[in-house]
Amino acid sequence: MKRWQGLAGVVAAALLVSALPAPAVINDSAITEAALPRKLSEFGFFAGPGATDPAPALVAYSLRTPLFSDYAEKQRFVYVPQGARVAADAEGRLTFPVGSALIKTFGYGSGAAFRPIETRVLLRRANGWEALPYVWNADLSDADLKVAGTRLPVTVTRPDGQRSEISYAVPNKNQCKECHSSAGAVVPIGPIAANMDIAPAKAAAFRKRIDWAAAPIAANGPIWNDASTGSLDQRARAYLMVNCAHCHNPTGSASNSGLFLNYGAAADRTATGLYKRPVAAGRGSGGREFAIAPGQPDQSIMIHRMGSTEPGVAMPEVGRSMVHEEGVALIREWISSLRSE
Amino acid sequence: MKRIFAGFASVLALTAAAPILAKDLAVAPGPGAQERLQEALILAQPGDVVMLGEGRFDLTDGLSLDVAGVTVKGAGPDKSVLSFKGQLAAGEGLLVTSDNVVLRDFAVEDSRGDAIKSKGADNIVYHNIRVEWTGGPKETNGAYGIYPVESENVLIDSVLVIGASDAGIYVGQSRNIIVRDSIARFNVAGIEIENSFNADVHDNVATNNTGGILVFDLPNLPQQGGHNVRVFDNVVVENDTPNFAPKGNIVASVPAGTGVMVMANRDIEIFDNVFDGNGSSNIMIIGYRQKFDDAKYQPMVRNVRISDNAHGKTGFAPQFAGGEMLAAAFGGSVPPIIWDGVGGAEAKVYSSDDVPVLNLGMTKSDQPIETAQPALAKLAGDAAPTLPKIVMPDAMEAAIR
Repeated sequence: MKRWQGLAGVVAAALLVSALPAPAVINDSAITEAALPRKLSEFGFFAGPGATDPAPALVAYSLRTPLFSDYAEKQRFVYVPQGARVAADAEGRLTFPVGSALIKTFGYGSGAAFRPIETRVLLRRANGWEALPYVWNADLSDADLKVAGTRLPVTVTRPDGQRSEISYAVPNKNQCKECHSSAGAVVPIGPIAANMDIAPAKAAAFRKRIDWAAAPIAANGPIWNDASTGSLDQRARAYLMVNCAHCHNPTGSASNSGLFLNYGAAADRTATGLYKRPVAAGRGSGGREFAIAPGQPDQSIMIHRMGSTEPGVAMPEVGRSMVHEEGVALIREWISSLRSE
Repeated sequence: MKRIFAGFASVLALTAAAPILAKDLAVAPGPGAQERLQEALILAQPGDVVMLGEGRFDLTDGLSLDVAGVTVKGAGPDKSVLSFKGQLAAGEGLLVTSDNVVLRDFAVEDSRGDAIKSKGADNIVYHNIRVEWTGGPKETNGAYGIYPVESENVLIDSVLVIGASDAGIYVGQSRNIIVRDSIARFNVAGIEIENSFNADVHDNVATNNTGGILVFDLPNLPQQGGHNVRVFDNVVVENDTPNFAPKGNIVASVPAGTGVMVMANRDIEIFDNVFDGNGSSNIMIIGYRQKFDDAKYQPMVRNVRISDNAHGKTGFAPQFAGGEMLAAAFGGSVPPIIWDGVGGAEAKVYSSDDVPVLNLGMTKSDQPIETAQPALAKLAGDAAPTLPKIVMPDAMEAAIR
């Protein structure tokens, strides 16, 4: 439940300051029409200020194992037009109807202290998903479309209390697609039933809108840093699935690497990285021979690249300028546990 | 630039269904170059030309193009320079992921990773482009200069690549490829065709690299079984730069002083090239020598035809295990053509060049070199080239005519 405290705080704060403006009303045509709205307010997702006071039709959710983004806090919402239904395939990956939107706000500070930097939207239009980044203005009255992305100086407080000054990168529209790409089309990454904790107040109603291909899947996937939710192997694979597999899968941006970290490829040892030699790593190899040298994290390219912030070496290539020390520790522990041949 | 894009969104909305007139989007160097150029690359419509002004663009992040049918054109490879010296993120300088793109008349310098990568970008043209790591050959340079991968119809024409820590011009997992009239210097591999089908590599100059031209195939990749590659009319001379590739990469195993190396491919033709000053060997034909776990992978080389090449001084400074011993045994230098011998007569490796051939007498591709049975050999058989010429769709050739 801890994960919901932050959001509750935001909502409470919003009620305190606002109580005045009418709740946001979603502008469905901004989602579906071909134009690229220049202001986030055109969608009517939030009454504000910032990403507070979400429209009642938005459903908040969090991910049990999320993508690391320089320790940013993320507030996620899904919107499905009234009456429309969501499909879930056998693996629990959700498919949304035209007119749906996924809205993710990145910022720092928790609860009432949360300050948004940017809001990324994925819009389900008739010809597929459109990915757009919006950057909040100084008084948080609105956020502007930044198709070319931007960089902003940000002070980040790590979990250990250490503070770092970083150049926070808002991705450009193409970079959105780089990660959200499957066989050349833009697709959502996060909404997989087992990894999605939907806000308790709306979970039951939202799940009733899902047409399951097989038996309904509970939100019980591993939480990467909670040993009570899965074995080391399960948690490490969940972490790699969320942090790497959006590119490292047979139809993703890293298809040519032959390194596949999606659940579906888990049975293929070489594809998963075990004793897999690099193909186009260049200096990313760091002088190491294998993506994963079982039992030897320091000899594994994966640890070298996760632990680097240098362009050309760092993995993922976009979306972070800091090392996720706790994530690296998890993968290090996992590689140590793998038996060498 | 803001002016150019003002109201663009509404134009887009009005015209999404109908083709609009192609236009030029001019971008000048100077403050804000990153966002201005990236915005032009995003808002360009099929048929548009993104015109790079004269001067140096100081970029802080990777650039990318995902709109089909766009041309990116500079004022010349020494005039419009995309400098990535201050790059903070991204795996490459410029990434292209759309089809029918033409890149021409500009330079990319000092990218932290690869310089220009095009992935899943069919019908791509690279013309009159310079890629350079300006600090000379260093292990910390990016891996690939020009890097098309997973693409069909790749035309690389009149480019110059200097200093890549892997391959200057690298074509991977692609089909129907021409690399021509280009120069590769001071790279680990000058030109490399890897896990690819149907390629012509001709009229290039590969010099001062570790290895001049490589035709490789690696296991555990979505596309493998490299074949039908012609290497002809190239000048492959004085490839003498010590190998500076980071360990772990396959090219780190290429001996300095290699002219052409063919690894784990089939149906390869090497003819009418000029070789000189390659200290290890002019032509090496070898199998994949590392352990692998891939039932579909074929590690040995088959069907090679070598003819009408000019061989100058070679083999005088072999940089591979056992090289000195071999040189001593064969009169002071290693013969200009070396074959690992795997597969014997069934491998159909033929040469009609009037130079000695060293057959290492191996029976397995990964056999330790110490157990080889080297001997001079004749690779008798019909060595004349028979593969068809590679042809690009007309529009690609027209784009640079």
